[in-house]
Amino acid sequence: MVATEEARQTVKEVSGEYKYGFVTEIDTEKAPKGLNEDVIRFISAKKKEPEWLLDWRLKAYDKWLTMEEPKWAMVNYPEIDFQDIYFYAAPKSSEDGPKSLDEVDPELLRVYEKLGISLKEQEVLAGVAVDIVFDSVSVATTFRKKLKEAGIIFCSISEAAHDYPELMRKYLGSVVPVMDNYYSALNSAVFTDGTFVYIPKGVRCPMELSTYFRINEANTGQFERTIIIADEGSYVSYLEGCTAPQRDENQLHAAVVELVTHDDAEIKYSTVQNWYPGDKDGKGGIYNFVTKRGACRGKNSKISWTQVETGSAITWKYPSCLLIGDNSVGEFYSVAITNNHQQADTGTKMIHIGNNTSSTIISKGISAGKSEATYRGLVKVMAGAENARNFTQCDSLLIGAQCGAHTVPYIEIKNPTAQVEHEATTSKISDEQLFYCLQRGLDVEDSVTLIVNGFCKDVMKHLPMEFAVEAQKLLGISLEGSVG
Amino acid sequence: MLEIKNLRVTVGGKEILKGLNLTINDGEVHAIMGPNGAGKSTLSYAISGKDGYEVTEGSVFYNGKDLLAMDPNERAGEGLFLGFQYPVEIPGVSNMNFLRTALNSQRRYQGAPEVKAVDFLKLIRAKAKELDVDPEMLKRDVNVGFSGGEKKRNEMVQMAVLDPSMAILDETDSGLDIDALRIVADGINRLRGQDKSILLITHYQRLLDYVVPDFVHVLADGRIVKTGTKDLALQLEAKGYAGLGIAENAA
Repeated sequence: MVATEEARQTVKEVSGEYKYGFVTEIDTEKAPKGLNEDVIRFISAKKKEPEWLLDWRLKAYDKWLTMEEPKWAMVNYPEIDFQDIYFYAAPKSSEDGPKSLDEVDPELLRVYEKLGISLKEQEVLAGVAVDIVFDSVSVATTFRKKLKEAGIIFCSISEAAHDYPELMRKYLGSVVPVMDNYYSALNSAVFTDGTFVYIPKGVRCPMELSTYFRINEANTGQFERTIIIADEGSYVSYLEGCTAPQRDENQLHAAVVELVTHDDAEIKYSTVQNWYPGDKDGKGGIYNFVTKRGACRGKNSKISWTQVETGSAITWKYPSCLLIGDNSVGEFYSVAITNNHQQADTGTKMIHIGNNTSSTIISKGISAGKSEATYRGLVKVMAGAENARNFTQCDSLLIGAQCGAHTVPYIEIKNPTAQVEHEATTSKISDEQLFYCLQRGLDVEDSVTLIVNGFCKDVMKHLPMEFAVEAQKLLGISLEGSVG
Repeated sequence: MLEIKNLRVTVGGKEILKGLNLTINDGEVHAIMGPNGAGKSTLSYAISGKDGYEVTEGSVFYNGKDLLAMDPNERAGEGLFLGFQYPVEIPGVSNMNFLRTALNSQRRYQGAPEVKAVDFLKLIRAKAKELDVDPEMLKRDVNVGFSGGEKKRNEMVQMAVLDPSMAILDETDSGLDIDALRIVADGINRLRGQDKSILLITHYQRLLDYVVPDFVHVLADGRIVKTGTKDLALQLEAKGYAGLGIAENAA
């Protein structure tokens, strides 16, 4: 496996600096700063949205005004001034909507090349259809034709609002209600793009679907809305990867992701999150307040979340599963790395509602520097859920003496037939392990990368191949300078 | 050539090595024996550069280079290999991956091109076969769940692949049954056949039946107190340290 070699290379390349910390000069069109009904109308008009969606947004906004920011997570940050944020910014060149890559602003394409995600290359090599969100507007979608032949819908959420209004109305907010939490309400009011996927009955999506998110404009919050529906007997694997250029101001990101599986359907959702974490002194970085939830509505259906979280100054994220259908399966595999002053409060919720439902949680937290990582998870078995099963494993790895790792498992069992297992460990990279690697010729960075990748193997093996390599590199980059 | 002069080493504030002198020429096999607590393992750690083994005086030069000025991985890159008394487990990292990363790290240090995946696979399979090691072991996580004997065999595979010019083997023979001992001895003799230098640290002379050393030293109370040939090891076996006038708990 070449991962650590590549990691070393990459570490050299960045030499301590965030690799993707560049800002691209592209004209953008912004809504005025701040949030009010006019801004929401502006966004809705820009997106040429139907009336019902504008109403839906405005109602969400009214509700948001009545809500309070959650304070229970183990994270600290200064109060967010929502009137000092741009809620809409779109690259101007997308106004007319490019039909193919040839019509895409060459400056944008250069950015993707810098990121190593050349679309043309991916088209040919990887067979990955990429729906790129640059700031807030999707500018390129590939492979759509091929997908269309299979009856698969893979488009931006704005297009879905135009072209598939019935599906949108049926599913928007059906898994994460507007009022679910403060940030889901905010997202519902101002979301600007994201991805919509529908896999029809009996179709196995022929390729991994992938969206790269990128926050570019200074002070622009990004509010994606993603909906993925897997109809009866269908299957889809969805990849989400993120990088953001370096800014001093904190940037707010509050996405909502809703997944629905019907009978015998499966969704595999994988994330590599590599947003700017702030500098060594904790200045700057992304605030990542995300609500991700999947509903296994059908019997024998399955939703699997796999995440590798290395970026963001603050992460607040609990990809969850509602196991409604009998025999449905929920999985959560997570690696969360925090370094320097990063704070992560992440975990999952597995809600067992149907009979014979099962869930697996494997969480690997790695803390270095002065960072704080918290696993927060809920396993809930409802009274009517017979024979529910859960297995949870939470492992924490500490690097250095100034970081913290916390595990906060909540277990609520209301049915006596449930079987729930919870295992947790906390360990440090031992001097013995480190010396063993050094004596064999590895330098300190490579040794740490190797040991940490080993620690995370149970999660990494669930990532699709093309993500696994990137993720392994990221582990090395994220932990650079944490030992020695 | 390894030259150790007047080496004094402190561990946790306590002086363990108290002015040790030792020269090992290319192609020589030296054995160091000694009672518990004499400083045998301390010597191997000080040469290889483990944290916490503080050199307060003296020097260690290898092929004219000052080892004490180097990081442990640089010393490895110079061709120094330490066979551990207690090989460490690294969960989730396969032997193959570990060893390939190690080999390529050393090659980079030496300015040599990295070994391609296919070539590495051939190399490690050949070495495993030479040493009569089950190739399945290469796929397992580094030392995780290995028996004592398997761990020591694994050290021999690593040594064979990394092909050091100077190997220090710290009680590699301890806890081995006779078959495993033969494998370990075979690994050492293969290295010896290529004119490499070897320092065997051992408690018992039985390994020396298979690997006949050029010199045998007795380490006691932080110094080498006696030097001889294989006969010295046999005398020790017959009479014990006390019989040779060496205090068992000198340290």
